[in-house]
Amino acid sequence: MSAVTDTAFEPALSVKDLTTVFETPGGPVTAVDAVSFDVMPGEVLGLVGESGSGKSVTLRSLMRLVHAPGKVAGTVLWQGRDLLSMRERELRRVRGGKIAIIFQEPTTALNPVLTVRVQIEENLRAHTSLDGRQRRARAIELLDLVGIPAAERRLGDFPHQFSGGMKQRVMIAIALASNPRLLLADEPTTALDVTIQDQILKLILDLRDEFSMSVVFVTHDLGVVAQTCDRMAVMYAGRIVESGSVTEVFSEPHHPYTRGLLGSVPRGGAERTLLTSIEGTPPSLAAIPAGCAFHPRCDFAVERCIERRPALEAIAPGRMVACFRQADVAAEAAAT
Amino acid sequence: MALLSFIARRLLQLIPTLAFILVVIFVLVRLLPGDPASAILGDRARDADVVRINAELGLDQPLPVQFLVFVKNIATGDFGNSIHLKVSVASLIADRLPVTLMLTIMAALIALVLSVPLAFVAATRRGRLADNAIRGSFQVGLSMPVFYVGLILLTVFGAQLHWFPVGGFGNGFFDQLYHLFLPALTLALSLAAILMRNLRAAIIGVVDAEYVDFARAKGLRSRVIMTRHVLRNALISTINLFGLQVGTLLGGAVITETVFAIPGAGRLMIESIYGRDYPVVQGLTLALAVVVSLTFLLTDILQAWLDPRVAQ
Repeated sequence: MSAVTDTAFEPALSVKDLTTVFETPGGPVTAVDAVSFDVMPGEVLGLVGESGSGKSVTLRSLMRLVHAPGKVAGTVLWQGRDLLSMRERELRRVRGGKIAIIFQEPTTALNPVLTVRVQIEENLRAHTSLDGRQRRARAIELLDLVGIPAAERRLGDFPHQFSGGMKQRVMIAIALASNPRLLLADEPTTALDVTIQDQILKLILDLRDEFSMSVVFVTHDLGVVAQTCDRMAVMYAGRIVESGSVTEVFSEPHHPYTRGLLGSVPRGGAERTLLTSIEGTPPSLAAIPAGCAFHPRCDFAVERCIERRPALEAIAPGRMVACFRQADVAAEAAAT
Repeated sequence: MALLSFIARRLLQLIPTLAFILVVIFVLVRLLPGDPASAILGDRARDADVVRINAELGLDQPLPVQFLVFVKNIATGDFGNSIHLKVSVASLIADRLPVTLMLTIMAALIALVLSVPLAFVAATRRGRLADNAIRGSFQVGLSMPVFYVGLILLTVFGAQLHWFPVGGFGNGFFDQLYHLFLPALTLALSLAAILMRNLRAAIIGVVDAEYVDFARAKGLRSRVIMTRHVLRNALISTINLFGLQVGTLLGGAVITETVFAIPGAGRLMIESIYGRDYPVVQGLTLALAVVVSLTFLLTDILQAWLDPRVAQ
């Protein structure tokens, strides 16, 4: 095998059995439960789920950004090294330098009392050997790259002087300052107007090409997934219940939950179909149902779904699902 | 730019503030029980002498005229003469106020030096031994009256250990600093306790902010995160409180100066009130009010500098 294919099939990030538990007065709460996935170089992976499904905590756990009393276990392999067990000093080099994160709400993620310039340059200072003049030039270049007009003039502005969409662009510029290889995006468009959403998504994809980096995209919006992601993993109650390429999962969902999610999204096209919604609400993480966590809301649930928890198993190359009745779900999806 | 125009606007606001202070002082002094003439002449003064003194002091004029004369005199730096000490009030203030200012500034600095690092330690070790020890000891400092703390410090470090002088002011800058250390420490303790509690709470509020996570995700050193991102944001509310506390600090200086026999404006104020030395009371009140206004101005500017949203 040639070196090119070697790196192409070697995951950039490999997550195994990631488990995040919060010790609370009412007992331990498992927000992320034995989550495993790989991110390939240049790939955009969508992490999908309702609020409370553990997708954001998963993202924060990768970077060890979970606050006390949260405890993270498992392994997160980055270039063969485990981020979860590596020393703080080494982790600092990866954070911002190799792996960057952007948050949902730029208004709270940007420091209100520091100029944009300071917030970009401190990243450059931490990861590059650029001198003061070069850092300033790079900051202007970055603002320009994310589409902020009159970048040079806006360098000394504070976050509150930017609009919501512009603030999100600023956050992206800050995150990407030191050419990271992987971008973790935590619902980066949820707080924005629909028109701005599109621009930001396009920007992230453009930057993915420009920097040839991988992206993990956390979202509850399946439209966003369809528009941006190559592969997707659906999370429910802290676990991955289905994963595969976006095309496959959309055309043939094998998990009832995925099917329900897809049913609640309006699709373009000639045929008008009724939108369906999933009955009930997602479980509280402190009281996850026994067996398959989705069974109380599931139309396909049978006795054994209540008794045992289905494992996430491969059903085809690159396709995983955690459901005892996945074949029936897929058959019914094909029939309708 | 925003900061400069903020300072300019804030300076303009100072004018009505000072005008208001002048009116209040003018009215207050005239509302005090007893009148200057009887204070000067004693209780058994003859009516003719009272009339003469009132005429000399301009007190027989209608109030608006008195006020204009009052403002005109102040504008020319003439605060009148002390009734008892027979010297100009201006020279008395010039003599005594710097002592009090020095004491207050020293106290403020000691309070900051004590409170900021300890608040930091307490906030980052929330609920642990260090936090409880720091909060507990400051609680004790906060609940003891200033004069009592002063007496304890004086007895232990002055009278018993002889590390510091028991009173007086000393000669030359460093000798004066040395003399003022114990009184300043006395004055600083309760302020330090208040600032420490406020800053600790502010740091705890900021430390979990998303921008701190974002800073962490950039791979910054924790020292940089703590100073640039956490402390700077946390200080905004504490600076405000600090400004408000300066008035209290000046009030505390009155007691401290009495306990430590320091010839400052606070002690002069007490003596003048007892002696009904109106011109001195009037002049000192004005001077202290100006000091407090300027402190507010300074803390506002500092706050605007720390938080650009304030200057907008």
